[in-house]
Amino acid sequence: MTRSATRGAGTLVQAILLANAALVLAPMVIMGLSAFKTTREIFQNPFGLPAVWRFENFNRVWVEARFGQYFQNSVIVTAVSVAILVVLGAMASYALGRFRFRGNDLLYVYFLSGLMLPIRLAIIPLFILMRDLNLLDTLWSLILIYAASGLPSAIFILTGFFRTLPADLDNAARIDGASEWTIFTRVMLPLVRPALVIVTVYNVIPIWNDFFFPLVFIKSDHLKTLPLGMTTFFGQYYTDYAALFAGLTLAAIPVVVLYVVLSQHFIRGLTAGAVKG
Amino acid sequence: MSLRTSRRLWLVFFLGPALLLFATFMTYPIFSALAYSLYAWEGIGQRGFAGLANFVRLFTTFPYPRLLANAFSDNVVVFILTMVIQNGTGLVLALLLSRGPWGARVYRIIFFLPVTLSLVIVGFLWALFLNPVFGVVNKALTLAGLTGLARPWLGDPGTALVTLTLINAWRWLGFPTLVFLAGINAVPDEYLEAARIDGADEWHVMRTIIFPLLAPAVTIIVILTFIGSFNWFELPYVVQGVSGGPNRATDVLGLLFYRTAFGEVDTGLQDIGIGSAIAVLMFLVLVTVSTVGAVFLRRREVEVG
Repeated sequence: MTRSATRGAGTLVQAILLANAALVLAPMVIMGLSAFKTTREIFQNPFGLPAVWRFENFNRVWVEARFGQYFQNSVIVTAVSVAILVVLGAMASYALGRFRFRGNDLLYVYFLSGLMLPIRLAIIPLFILMRDLNLLDTLWSLILIYAASGLPSAIFILTGFFRTLPADLDNAARIDGASEWTIFTRVMLPLVRPALVIVTVYNVIPIWNDFFFPLVFIKSDHLKTLPLGMTTFFGQYYTDYAALFAGLTLAAIPVVVLYVVLSQHFIRGLTAGAVKG
Repeated sequence: MSLRTSRRLWLVFFLGPALLLFATFMTYPIFSALAYSLYAWEGIGQRGFAGLANFVRLFTTFPYPRLLANAFSDNVVVFILTMVIQNGTGLVLALLLSRGPWGARVYRIIFFLPVTLSLVIVGFLWALFLNPVFGVVNKALTLAGLTGLARPWLGDPGTALVTLTLINAWRWLGFPTLVFLAGINAVPDEYLEAARIDGADEWHVMRTIIFPLLAPAVTIIVILTFIGSFNWFELPYVVQGVSGGPNRATDVLGLLFYRTAFGEVDTGLQDIGIGSAIAVLMFLVLVTVSTVGAVFLRRREVEVG
């Protein structure tokens, strides 16, 4: 290839990558700008900057459309379910990765079978189970199902990490008379911290974004999580484009900010199932 | 307390809670779901063992066979279109990014951004953009002089499903791109250099070195795309409603299952037996494909070494 042909190819590569970047970002920029406009301005000038930057759209959505409440519910559900699945997952992985006992392999495979089970298809028995446990229309119905369905991936990732740690570590601590709990929390957990981050990221986003289980389990407006609350909001404000765009922007902001700050962790965490190493 | 007993107690302590949670909210519901399909139902109450009657009704009693066939074929269309459009584009972008162009790191971050957004946000956002009167898509097409292309993309049964697939691809594109990119980057540089020194052109290098070594990544993406396509629910629900409009053009198995399990607003049709039968069929399809895929994948890996 001649040098000018190489340069031509380089320009073409940049053009394609730039075009795709624009295709990704333009809708989000239009969304963000529209959030500051009036509905009439959105219709007349959809692509330009807002004439006046109006923050009252956000205020309206946050208070009147109860986004504050939906946010709070989403934060509680996500934080509690991830905390449960990380703690229980780490404990189980420690036992599976460090203890030799009969049935170890069988238990490991049993947990891993959950990776392939499409749990949403069990929504009818889950609904009846939650009803019998008196958990329908509570945040606990969501927390328990998210924690349980996150366990297989957590155990898969963490057991792998625990197994790579040298055997001398816990044996030395055991000879020093440390209890299993002390070994687990003081010696082992600090060493698998990177894996704990992967497990957290891998689970936080799907749980925060989930719509299916709230749709089935939650009826009271004050218990709705953000994705479910948004469907209520879109039903009520469907002609009020300014409010709709403000709501979408508000809902997108936390994830986008978190992503920009932690993008490498996100990419590694969310592709963890598909990319090795 | 003997050492043995103490060890056993620790095991119970470490494993018990996770096991209890997993068995109660994962294993038990899945097995119940399979069992439910074999019972007759009245509303939410069980009415005795029914054998395969639910499956027979699903395949022979109006309107189920037609609804099932329509939803299934929509899932298949989504899978094929996603493979070609989304994953094809993802492969091209990955090949371009693997040449280390200027700004590659930033492009990676930008491309992956929509993957983190909820499908509810993505669906509503594009529903607003695609509004036939007020939406920016038709405005942009008109501005670009393509007035002929301005149409009710989501309201026309002929274009609705393709449009939904494109919205879904907008959200997911970064995922196959980065998985393919990781696969390409894992190809040892010596192979590529050796081939180039031997005078192989870029196409030859791609075809004989990169593509064969990319096979595991491709297999994973095919499996995940299949599972994803057959799990479609949020996007059609949010954008087109629970009935998969217009005129069931975007009805998929996930929506059909949800409607038969929990009832439909317009027809009030609820049948837990039929719903469970649909769930079992979807379950079989998904588990078969993931198992076959996993086996296939492992065999491939041994070959590559």
